[in-house]
Amino acid sequence: MSTGVRPRPRVVLAKPGLDGHDRGVKVVGMALRDAGAEVVYLGLQQTAAQIARAAAAEDADVIGLSVLSGVHVDAARQVLAACAGEDLGDVPLVVGGTIPPADVTRLRDLGVRDVFPVGTPLDDLVARIFAIAAEEEVSDEQ
Amino acid sequence: MSSEPRAVVTDSGIPLDPVYDAASVAADLAGRLGRPGEPPFTRGPYRTMYRERLWSMRQYAGYGSADDTNARFRYLLDQGQTALSVAFDLPTQLGYDSDDELVLSEVGRVGVAIDSVEDMEAVFAGLPIDQLSVNFTINGTAPIILAFYLVAAERQGADMAQVAGTLQNDILKEFLARKTFIFPPDHSIRLVADVVEYCSEHLPRFNGISITGYHAREAGCDAIQEIGLTMASAIAYTEAFLARGLEFDAFAPRLSFHFSSQLDLFEEASKVRAARRMWSSLALERFGAQKETSARLRFFSGCSGATLTAQQPLNNVVRSTLQCLAAVLGGAQSIHVMGYDEALEIPTEESVRLALRTQQIIAHESGVAKVIDPLAGSYFVEHLTDEIEARAWELVRRVEEGGGLVELLAQGVPQRWVAESAYRYEQEVRSGERVKVGVNKYVDDDGVAPPLFEVDAASAARQRERLAARLAGRDGAAVAAALATLRTALVDGTNSMPHIMQAGRVGATLGEIADTMREVFGVYREPQPW
Repeated sequence: MSTGVRPRPRVVLAKPGLDGHDRGVKVVGMALRDAGAEVVYLGLQQTAAQIARAAAAEDADVIGLSVLSGVHVDAARQVLAACAGEDLGDVPLVVGGTIPPADVTRLRDLGVRDVFPVGTPLDDLVARIFAIAAEEEVSDEQ
Repeated sequence: MSSEPRAVVTDSGIPLDPVYDAASVAADLAGRLGRPGEPPFTRGPYRTMYRERLWSMRQYAGYGSADDTNARFRYLLDQGQTALSVAFDLPTQLGYDSDDELVLSEVGRVGVAIDSVEDMEAVFAGLPIDQLSVNFTINGTAPIILAFYLVAAERQGADMAQVAGTLQNDILKEFLARKTFIFPPDHSIRLVADVVEYCSEHLPRFNGISITGYHAREAGCDAIQEIGLTMASAIAYTEAFLARGLEFDAFAPRLSFHFSSQLDLFEEASKVRAARRMWSSLALERFGAQKETSARLRFFSGCSGATLTAQQPLNNVVRSTLQCLAAVLGGAQSIHVMGYDEALEIPTEESVRLALRTQQIIAHESGVAKVIDPLAGSYFVEHLTDEIEARAWELVRRVEEGGGLVELLAQGVPQRWVAESAYRYEQEVRSGERVKVGVNKYVDDDGVAPPLFEVDAASAARQRERLAARLAGRDGAAVAAALATLRTALVDGTNSMPHIMQAGRVGATLGEIADTMREVFGVYREPQPW
C-alpha cells in the first residue's frame, strides 16, 4: 500500500521506566519538530507495551527512547520484545541518554538502530533520525 | 544579517556594560545590603558566616543496598565530609517496593533502595543519627522516608530534639522539573504540610522542606527564572501552610532553600544575594514575620550536572571548581560538588573524593572564606544583584497574575518556560554563540575515557531477598490495622505523620504505605508539553 514518499517522518518519543529527566527528550522533540518531523511524545513512565501500542497506532517511522537512569539496556530489550509482539519488529528503535560507551555496542547488538549518548550534537542526532526514517520509507516500498 | 557585534550578556541574558562605576549602583546601598545576619540578609544569613563555621560539605551519595550506602557514608565521613546527603533509587522515590512488577533494573541504580524501616536502620548502622546532619533528596514519598528515619532514630535511642537535617519535600518543583510526583497537586501539598507541621512541633533542628530552584535550573531555565520560580514556590507553600492554620513564625525559620550553582561566576553569586533580599522582603512585609529568623534565607547549593560535558570529562573538574567558588562567594550553608564523570555515570569513589577535595581546597587554601560577603560593594556585583532581583520580581508578578504557581503548573505553563529555555540553550551551543569548551570549540577526540562506576548487579537481588524475609517475619494483622488507621487519617485530614510512623514500626513497606495513599488520593499524569 505504497503511497509514495511520506513528506514528514513520524517519530514517537517516550521515556520508559521511572526516570523523570525530560530535558533531553523535550529538546530532541523540539529540534525534530523544527526540522519538519511529526513528533508524538508519550511522556513519562511508559511501559514497553504502551510504547509499542502507541507506535502502532501512530504508524511510527522511528521510535525513540530517552533514559538517564542507567536502565537503557533493560528498557530497550523490553521495547524491542513488545514491538515484535505488536508485529512492529521492523520499526527502528533509537535510544538516547546517559549511556556509557560499552553500552552503545550492547544496545546495537540487541537490535537498536542508533544510539545517542549525552554529548551527541543535536544536528547530528536530527540528521541520523531523518536518515533512518528515510531508509524505512524505501524499505516499506520494496 | 547584521554585522554589528552581539550584545555582551550574562548567562541569563542581562546586558553588560564594559565597565561599572559608582553611578551603576542604586542609592541607599547600605540599606539594601544591611549587615550579615540582619535584614535584608543580602550579605548572608548569619553574623559570623564562615568565620565561625564553614559551609557543610555534603556530597550526595547512595546506591545499591542499604549496606552499600552505609559503606559509602562511612568512607565520606572518614574523608572529612561533615554532613550526609542521601540519594534514593527511583522505585523508592515513586513509592514502589523493590519487588514491584513495574520496576525495571532500577533497584539501587541511582540511589539506595528503601523498602522498610529496617533498610533505613541499615543505612545508618553505626552512625549516630542525633549527631549527624542529613539531607534527604525525596519528595513524592517524603513523609514515608522521614517517618522511617524517625523510627530508625527511635530505635537508636536518639534524642529527637537533636535530630538535624533537611527533607527536600518540595513537590511543586517535581511538577515543574524533577518529575517524581505521585499524587495530584492538592493532595501532594497537603502531605508537604503534614510534614512541615510535624517538624515544627517535634523536630526543632530539622528542616521539613527545602524550596528548590535547582531542578528547574538543571532542566533548562536561567538564573532569573530559577530565583523567580523559587520565590513563587515559597509564596505558594507559605499560603498553603497559613491556610492550614500554622503560624508563619512557627515554620518560616525552618524553611530551607536549594539553588543550583552554574558557571557565570558573578551572576551566580549575585543571584543568591538577590534571593536572600527577596525572601526577607516577602517574610517581613508580606507575611508579617515577627521573628527575624523567619526572614533569613539559608540555602544548599548543588553544583550543576547539566553544565558538565561527556566530551573531555576532566574539564568538568574545572567547571565544578568555578561553581563551588560561586556558591561560596554567594554564602551557601552547604554545598555539593559534582563528580567529573557524572555526564557518563554515577560517580566513582575516586571522583567523589576529588569533588570533596575541591571543596576543601576552596575552604582552606583559596582564602575566599576568610571574609564575609567579599564581593559586596563591587559596582558590578551590586548592579547585577539589583538587576536580577528586579527581573525575578517581574516573574513573580507574572506568576501571581496567572493565578499563582499551583494554577500555572496545572496548565503546564512554567514547564514550557523551562523547556523552551533548554531548547534555546541547545540552539546557542549548536550555533557556536555559546562556547562549550571541548564540545563546540577546542574539540579533541583523543580524550582519555575515565574509569566508570559499575553497579553491583547482584545487589538488587539481595535487596529483594531481604524484603521477602521481612514480609515473612512480620505480624500481618498489625500491618493491616496500621494501614487502615493511616487511611482514615488521609481521608479525614488529620496529620498523617504519626500514622505513617506507626505503620513503619510494625513493618509496613514503603510501597504499601504509598499504595494506601494512591487509593485515597489517586495518581497524577502531567499535561502534554506541546
